[in-house]
Amino acid sequence: MPQSLNRLKESASQTAGPYVHIGLTPNFAEIGGVYADDLGSRMLTGDASGERITIKGRIFDGTGTPLKDALVEIWQPDAAGLFNSPSEMRGSADPHFTGFGRCATDMANGEFVFETIKPGPVPYPDGRMQAPHVTLWIVARGINIGLHTRMYFSDEEKANADDPLLNRIEHRHRVATLIGKRDGDVVTFDIHLQGDDETVFLDI
Amino acid sequence: MSNRKPETGAFFPRDRAWQPDAYTPWYKTSVLRSPQKALLSINNTLSEMTGPVFGHDILGELDDDLIHNFAKPGESAIGPRIIVHGRVMDERGRGVGGALLEFWQANAGGRYRHKKEGYVAALDPNFGGCGRTITDEDGHYSFRTIKPGPYPWPNGVNDWRPAHIHFSVFGHGFAQRLITQMYFEGDPLIPLCPIVKTIADPKAIEDLIAPLDMANTIPMDASAYKFDIVLRGRRSTMFENRMEGN
Ligand SMILES: [Fe+2]
Repeated sequence: MPQSLNRLKESASQTAGPYVHIGLTPNFAEIGGVYADDLGSRMLTGDASGERITIKGRIFDGTGTPLKDALVEIWQPDAAGLFNSPSEMRGSADPHFTGFGRCATDMANGEFVFETIKPGPVPYPDGRMQAPHVTLWIVARGINIGLHTRMYFSDEEKANADDPLLNRIEHRHRVATLIGKRDGDVVTFDIHLQGDDETVFLDI
Repeated sequence: MSNRKPETGAFFPRDRAWQPDAYTPWYKTSVLRSPQKALLSINNTLSEMTGPVFGHDILGELDDDLIHNFAKPGESAIGPRIIVHGRVMDERGRGVGGALLEFWQANAGGRYRHKKEGYVAALDPNFGGCGRTITDEDGHYSFRTIKPGPYPWPNGVNDWRPAHIHFSVFGHGFAQRLITQMYFEGDPLIPLCPIVKTIADPKAIEDLIAPLDMANTIPMDASAYKFDIVLRGRRSTMFENRMEGN
């Protein structure tokens, strides 16, 4: 027998369940007085540079019904393409922008909303530039392991055409599932868990 | 945080055979909420290798004490008092320091404080059900709470969740983001639970069951359960592809 690699196994995921709001957005769940704010409710903490945008959308199940009990997190760089993270080695990100947002979908209409800035571009591991994008992570009752995806921008046609990840999508009509539709300062990004327009989810 | 240089390599790929499948029809809600097309496998980029890290300044004094953080002054939540402690590690066995853990749970009667909750068990006016903490430099954490009760849920006509605490974990990169549940040693409902059974590998299930830890039990105060959490490991930077031209 060779030596053991002595690796541990990642803890198995379990669904966030129907009561995820209690833990992750207690004020939204009307459990007041424990935390001052819900984590990730404000991405701009001061006068952040960059274009201010609103990202909103809904998450649809296999029947086309919006999920009203889901939770979405987003992660993105600042306007210069730098992440507000200790793992960011390329420079210091805008101190007035966290890059992290968390939003429970509305219990009546299923909508999530983020007030953020448009991210700058970030290089791919091989040095090519990626088109500006926002990373999303979705959990809910019925989702056994959090779903990773990305939103790109409809006003970045040229950059999107050269994006290394988008170019990995074999069925070209599915690229559109990762493009948020920009109209003024609002970018709409609907997510489909199943069906003809199922969003491309990532094993990343 | 430590003097250790932050690691910036790509994370080990997720073992999708070890992790639950999306489509697990015995857990009925998964049927319409599971992607049906193959996931697109992509090497990590900076968007996944970086992630938000939170400072102790976000923590309130009682955030790690669910017995008191929602209770009226001088009162406390009802139920068996427990301490949950353990270590957050990566797949290489290294402690993950500075990791934000958020947890939520039902009260001792199995009832959640939530408007969609339908179980007849009583609410405890002194129990909210949420808490959080940040791991120390070596990845250790602990918090106080009451032992949650098991509860019935609408899936099969008579399905019950074993007693459990939900955990949300941030590591150092967004690729490590994880939500899981901790179960309690000896609970006969664990092998019956459709949600537990979304995990195919019995060893992966065992890894979510916290043993009673008598050594850390505090006499006349609280019993202790130990729950370690493992996040994806990351490659050393020396194993990374070099940028073109470097
Ligand atoms: Fe639960």
